[in-house]
Amino acid sequence: MSVRIFVPRDSAALALGADAVAQAILAEAERRKLDITLVRNGSRGMLWLEPLVEVQTEKGRVAYGPVSPGHVTALFDANFHQGGKHALGLGLTEQLAYLKKQERLTFARVGITDPLSLDDYAEHEGFRGLRKALAMQAADIVQQVTDSGLRGRGGAAFPAGIKWKTVLNTTAMQKYIVCNADEGDSGTFSDRMLMEGDPFVLIEGMTIAALAVGATQGYIYVRSEYPHSISVLNEAIGIARKAGYLGANILNSGKRFELEVRRAAGSYVCGEETAMLESLEGKRGIVRAKPPLPAIAGLFGKPTVINNVISLASVPVIMARGADFYKNYGVGRSHGTLPFQLAGNIKQGGLIEKAFGVTLRELMYDFGGGSASGRPIKAVQVGGPLGAYLPESQWDTPLDYEAYAALWAVLGHGGIVVHDDSADLAKLARYAMKFCAIESCGKCTPCRIGATRGVEVMDKIIAGQGGPGQIELLRDLCDTMLNGSMCAMGGMTPYPVLSALNHFPQDFGIKGSGRVKPDTATGGQHA
Amino acid sequence: MSLDYDNQQVDFIIAAQQNRPGALLPILHDIQDTFGYIPPDSVAQIASALNLSRAEVHGVITFYHHFRTTPPARHTIQICCAEACQSMGAQQLVEHAGKKLAGRKQGDCELQPVYCLGLCAISPAVMIGEELHARVTPEKFDALLENLGDKS
Repeated sequence: MSVRIFVPRDSAALALGADAVAQAILAEAERRKLDITLVRNGSRGMLWLEPLVEVQTEKGRVAYGPVSPGHVTALFDANFHQGGKHALGLGLTEQLAYLKKQERLTFARVGITDPLSLDDYAEHEGFRGLRKALAMQAADIVQQVTDSGLRGRGGAAFPAGIKWKTVLNTTAMQKYIVCNADEGDSGTFSDRMLMEGDPFVLIEGMTIAALAVGATQGYIYVRSEYPHSISVLNEAIGIARKAGYLGANILNSGKRFELEVRRAAGSYVCGEETAMLESLEGKRGIVRAKPPLPAIAGLFGKPTVINNVISLASVPVIMARGADFYKNYGVGRSHGTLPFQLAGNIKQGGLIEKAFGVTLRELMYDFGGGSASGRPIKAVQVGGPLGAYLPESQWDTPLDYEAYAALWAVLGHGGIVVHDDSADLAKLARYAMKFCAIESCGKCTPCRIGATRGVEVMDKIIAGQGGPGQIELLRDLCDTMLNGSMCAMGGMTPYPVLSALNHFPQDFGIKGSGRVKPDTATGGQHA
Repeated sequence: MSLDYDNQQVDFIIAAQQNRPGALLPILHDIQDTFGYIPPDSVAQIASALNLSRAEVHGVITFYHHFRTTPPARHTIQICCAEACQSMGAQQLVEHAGKKLAGRKQGDCELQPVYCLGLCAISPAVMIGEELHARVTPEKFDALLENLGDKS
């Protein structure tokens, strides 16, 4: 019987040479006249082990990694295609602690299945949620999503069910489902891994959303920096349409849903939902004033559900296993799981899907194994470039939306970027301002002008010029941006800046003030 | 790769896309994929087809970092400069790359900053054309350059 060998096609694996490894395996198997089937799966998320090659054996899948083309001959010599022993051998994949300690609901199939095999998808519970949804009333689907406690995973954490209900209750000839896959936050890659590793779950989630609100057209807005995600999605949509999961008559239900991928063009602010709508309409990505909410007047002025990739991809398991199943994970008002992304200066970086309530210390040390450089970890930025820097005193706080809001920090999209003690937080604060200046859409003054002035003030502080007045000026500027910006771009840039200043004052050449949040912070207004 | 402006080809691209809702970005992508950039002479053609002003089309082209109005170098090298890559030495890599590329002939390589390629756990990350590379040390960068060929 043919042996199944898995070599990931995920961008991270490709960036570390997975294609060359796959070719070497095929060539060596041919030379030895061995019957193998090569499967290009998604990544398991243990990115320091990529390219991670797996072999199907009677006992389960056996992992080897990180494999380079030069290892392939020796691996065959060691009979790795029958699970033989080799220095790169890691044992049974499922038994690896990094995976075993996770709670994979949204990422249940990623790394296990062939991303473009409908059979694989169906064998692993695929389309069970959709079949249930097809037999339900729209309002009952919305209710089930509401009951699950699912909140927007893009960063804003707004209850998904409430958003859906607004769209359902708004009468219109045309409604849209838009998937925000403009994953621009540094330190995040869960959307990318999911789109490349299990595109059908996103298609299924969006189709369920369409049934729930009465939409017939969907768009997935994907960043141009993700060419592999775009091609996998396009292929998957074609396969799903051909098999009747998309199109004019979904599984002979008489229901219609069309889906299309739209390529973004390298603008960070287009991750903001209204700027994204403008971009989809073919305009500059300028933030819109709210109200009206996109749920009432969104894409082309029609009621639109906008959700992040992970939010939509979490819907099928909620439909398949029930609201309570999902809701029982997590803590407080943060229900379910979040795929955390451990990145930056970390020994074992990757994707860790866990229920809310895990701590940074557990993620960085129990999973991550400490810094990659071996030096002490100094600061951790959680939630992307607009997220706060957390000092060690905050690493034991459970990761949940409310607990983080109390720290004046955000979970955002679950990105965790680790910096060792060589990091200069004043320089990182300057970078946050600089990034805002580059990416601001320019519509509102606090963001457009404030970020540029912020870079200038930071330059003076770093150069030791201007005296203590510069620190007050910086705080004042942050106060204006925080309270006066139209969207999170300008409104949250003060998070990294002020958290760096408050927790690491020595890097700014000053003594600590004991402040942990700005005087006028209203807490999570933009989040 | 870049081609000279060819108005018939631009017409062909516009015709294939113009009836889609929000057609401007798909059209611009197709033009840039074909020519390597958006030829300034195509702006009036696009504007007229979509019933927009030239200023509106120009505004969209210049708003997005991805679109360019001049032919690209033979190789576009993007180095990620976002936080995760900074934490693993992206800044030093950018400086090294700048020095290294200064010695190459004009129009051969173009260095661009990029903010996140989604390879944050295996940083620093680099994209050459559409090919991704991770954990790029200065030594690995030099090897990648060697593979591009044509020094001088």
